[in-house]
Amino acid sequence: MDLKNHDTGFLLKLLEQMLLIRRFEEKAAQMYGLRKIGGFCHLYIGQEAVAVGSIAALDLGKDYVLTGYRDHGHALVCGMSPNAAMAELFGKATGCSKGKGGSMHLFDTEHHMYGGNGIVGGHIPIAAGVAFKIKYNAEAGVVLCYFGDGAIHQGVFHETLNMARIWNLPIVFICENNQYGMGTDFRRVSSVLDFSVMGGSYEVPAKQVDGMKVLEVYEETAKAVKLAREEGMPSFLEMKTYRYRGHSMSDPARYRTKEELDENRRLDPILMHKQDLIAAGLLTEDEYKAMDKRCIAICDEAVRYAEESPEPPLEAMYEDILA
Amino acid sequence: MPVITYREAIRQAIDEEMARDERVFLMGEEVARYNGAYKVSQGLLDKYGPRRVIDTPITEAGFTGIGIGAAMAGLRPVVEWMTFNFSLLALDQVINNAAKLRHMSGGQVSIPIVFRGPNGPAEYLSSQHSQALQSLFAHIPGLLVVAPATPYDAKGLLKTAIRNDNPVVFLESELMYSWQGEVPEREYTIPLGKADIKRQGRDVTLITYSKPLKLVQEAAQRLAETGVEAEIIDLRSIRPLDEEAVYSSVKKTNRCVIVDETWPFASVASHVGWLISCNCFDYLDAPVEIVTSEDVPMPYNHRLELEVQPTVEKILRAVERAMYKPIGTFQ
Repeated sequence: MDLKNHDTGFLLKLLEQMLLIRRFEEKAAQMYGLRKIGGFCHLYIGQEAVAVGSIAALDLGKDYVLTGYRDHGHALVCGMSPNAAMAELFGKATGCSKGKGGSMHLFDTEHHMYGGNGIVGGHIPIAAGVAFKIKYNAEAGVVLCYFGDGAIHQGVFHETLNMARIWNLPIVFICENNQYGMGTDFRRVSSVLDFSVMGGSYEVPAKQVDGMKVLEVYEETAKAVKLAREEGMPSFLEMKTYRYRGHSMSDPARYRTKEELDENRRLDPILMHKQDLIAAGLLTEDEYKAMDKRCIAICDEAVRYAEESPEPPLEAMYEDILA
Repeated sequence: MPVITYREAIRQAIDEEMARDERVFLMGEEVARYNGAYKVSQGLLDKYGPRRVIDTPITEAGFTGIGIGAAMAGLRPVVEWMTFNFSLLALDQVINNAAKLRHMSGGQVSIPIVFRGPNGPAEYLSSQHSQALQSLFAHIPGLLVVAPATPYDAKGLLKTAIRNDNPVVFLESELMYSWQGEVPEREYTIPLGKADIKRQGRDVTLITYSKPLKLVQEAAQRLAETGVEAEIIDLRSIRPLDEEAVYSSVKKTNRCVIVDETWPFASVASHVGWLISCNCFDYLDAPVEIVTSEDVPMPYNHRLELEVQPTVEKILRAVERAMYKPIGTFQ
């Protein structure tokens, strides 16, 4: 990846977005420990380059994002206010989904972020439905649909890949292969280790991408988005990535070794991109610290906002069910 | 007034709504080139083309989900399930997505979609192809469930369902498709949640919906011959449910039999019976009776399969229980 091909502001934006997610997730973990957040809370730490690099290839005025339940990062990159995201984790009335969705169901339709979906793989046809709308109305948009390695064996993934191809829907399927479907190493439950070969079953262009390198993610996604936008051709990208934390907050991740975790941490997407920028003379350590401070301040403010926000009134349980 | 079939009424409703609103499209297995497994969509491909009348592969979960996503994004899909038995493959999409997306997004999206097709037993199909599944859908908050029994009701209600901003499960029946009835040429719609009094009577209320309506009408005729005047309430829509129509009839007749082709356990019939016992307790002269299918999977053998379902005889016996006397002693 050649940094020179990119505008410095763009390169710095990628770093800052990844850092914001990292700090937001750390804060969420802390608040979970304090029991301010309950239920399932799936952190994105380690995978930041995927959401940041891929969504950077979109124009959210006309493009759309749908993802699974590990959704905080995607929501923030799409432009959801960290306050509304944190308030949702707290279950407050000011949360993006009025406290009814929680961590797994962040929605921000204004920024074309359509969830935040809790059933493994269940949103994959929904995302193709949004792409169907784009094609039906002859619009110029593209849909990015994210899911994990756990979803790749669900029937709807294969059903949807097939229909996306026979109808040539403008959608990019992005498998964030973080190596573990909950506690199960993907190598134990997949007949193929290179998921991208699955695209070939449906004549959907597919490839593996190093999901720890934000610029590689950006450039590969941009190619897929162009293919979808200009030729209405779906594609499938397997992003090889790694999550540092357990599947959710209740998972101590004893199914992997400390050595494995440490080895992956050396490939940290934020660290690598930061080092690249410093080496190229586009960033100083002090500037990085200032950037980090800004992100921490945003997340502190999000917690304050969430803490001070009201609970939804009891009557709210009857609302937002039927239109 | 023209007399048309139930099948034609459904087709007219889809046709008129597609002509009226560019966002409406039809998708499902065999709906386009084959003209529909039950010929409901006959001619629609020729009229609207493959952009709006779309054959899908046999992937119920997948195409149902694509419909839901398209609805969330602003289109108004009509998704045909070849039969409701196959809707079971799509239940995750219907229950976890169609019924939940609005809720879990805090009201940011709506899902204007109709899922329709034949539900309930036909003939000689055995257990996987003869299931009345409405209770399952009616159980889910976030879904509307509509089950018309006449061509007139089918057309008016389907047009309303397509215009509704919520997911609507629209139950037809293979055997009803050839039923005939008067349907006006002028445009009309019927609101969801309005029951129809198909027969006025003072002695007993017979509540039903969908295909058993004909059995109930026949039973009412037999009762009339013995001097018992039954009132028939056709619910037409299960969610929303016209509780007011039910209560005012029961308060008048003081006796009630509910006829429902589902299984009895946790059914539409048992729920409506519970509502009546809560809201009309002081008016009831007898416990509410329910006549449902037997609590067994459907056998292939014709004699057995007919006996599994509600029959006129079973309805008459239930009326006898509700009236504490044998039919015929009223004259």
